[in-house]
Amino acid sequence: MSENNTRVIVITSGKGGVGKTTTTANIGVALANMGEKVALIDADIGLRNLDLALGLENRIVYDIVDVVEGRAKLRQAMIKHKQSQNLALLPAAQTRDKSAVNPAQMRQLIEEIRAEGYTYIIIDCPAGIEQGFRNATAGATEAIVVTNPEMSSVRDADRIIGLLEAQDLRNPYLIVNRLRPKMVKSQDMLAVEDVQEVLGSNVKLLGIIPEDEVIITSTNKGEPASATEGSLAGQAYRNIARRLRGEEVPFLDLEERSGFFTRLKGLFGNKK
Amino acid sequence: MPSLLDRLFGRVEKPAHTAKSRLKLVLMHDRADIPAPMMEEMRKEIIAVLSKYVVIDLEHLDVGIERAEGGVALVASIPIVRVNAEH
Repeated sequence: MSENNTRVIVITSGKGGVGKTTTTANIGVALANMGEKVALIDADIGLRNLDLALGLENRIVYDIVDVVEGRAKLRQAMIKHKQSQNLALLPAAQTRDKSAVNPAQMRQLIEEIRAEGYTYIIIDCPAGIEQGFRNATAGATEAIVVTNPEMSSVRDADRIIGLLEAQDLRNPYLIVNRLRPKMVKSQDMLAVEDVQEVLGSNVKLLGIIPEDEVIITSTNKGEPASATEGSLAGQAYRNIARRLRGEEVPFLDLEERSGFFTRLKGLFGNKK
Repeated sequence: MPSLLDRLFGRVEKPAHTAKSRLKLVLMHDRADIPAPMMEEMRKEIIAVLSKYVVIDLEHLDVGIERAEGGVALVASIPIVRVNAEH
């Protein structure tokens, strides 16, 4: 694979707690299982968490700051995933702050990772709009904005979309996370179309993730839901990975699938 | 508090709808929040461009953000003294 084909995608949200890290882990694993060579960068320096989502927390020796400051080689710091051999994580430093890696260093780091032949480099951006955001987005060429169908999260997403534009990351992808189809049906929760209408046409809807207990249990185990069949959220994340790779995948009909029998159908009827 | 009749006939605004209209309003404000130094720079540049053609009454010049139904607009009221003879 030519190094020019590497896609560098930053996953942002503005507001914390909307599911950036979970999303990064799930998309990363899904892409890797589809044969892509994936590098995940935890850019949330000081608040390391992506290692937990991936179950790699016990294998960290060096981190991103060690690489930037020359104490470790990139290959020493990148942790290969156990199940998904195509997936590697560059963990955040836990004892430093967000100023430890500047935009120029981030760009340099991404060039180094690119040279290793990865096809996807996915960066988990810290919450907020300050320096950490600017550092994390510095080397990216595409952006995904994660939001929940909830007012403050959509508001912050709008702010982030403006800031991404200022960094020349135009037309970001949108993921609506933690959707509760029943509440949308009773008009108690913003629908995906509402979120899209409010944010405007410059965002491209990439996926809809239903609220799913599987996300909690899979995070507890350190095995992203997208790695295994059988959950709606996992399938939604796999669909996102396929869309990123250019496939046309219809959005899941969450309403129809919320019953027990259709869920069974989902368990046994997965084709791809 | 909506009356029982209102509830029965569905005349109560649904929470999703309330959220959407509140969000639209707040985003309108957020998006139009131009920092003061940028506003001042814009004002100066607008004056510079227009001054090539007309003499402007700077005392009564007014440039600002206005929120109207359907969006946010940059509204400028620029009184002209006369056409710039040099042009």
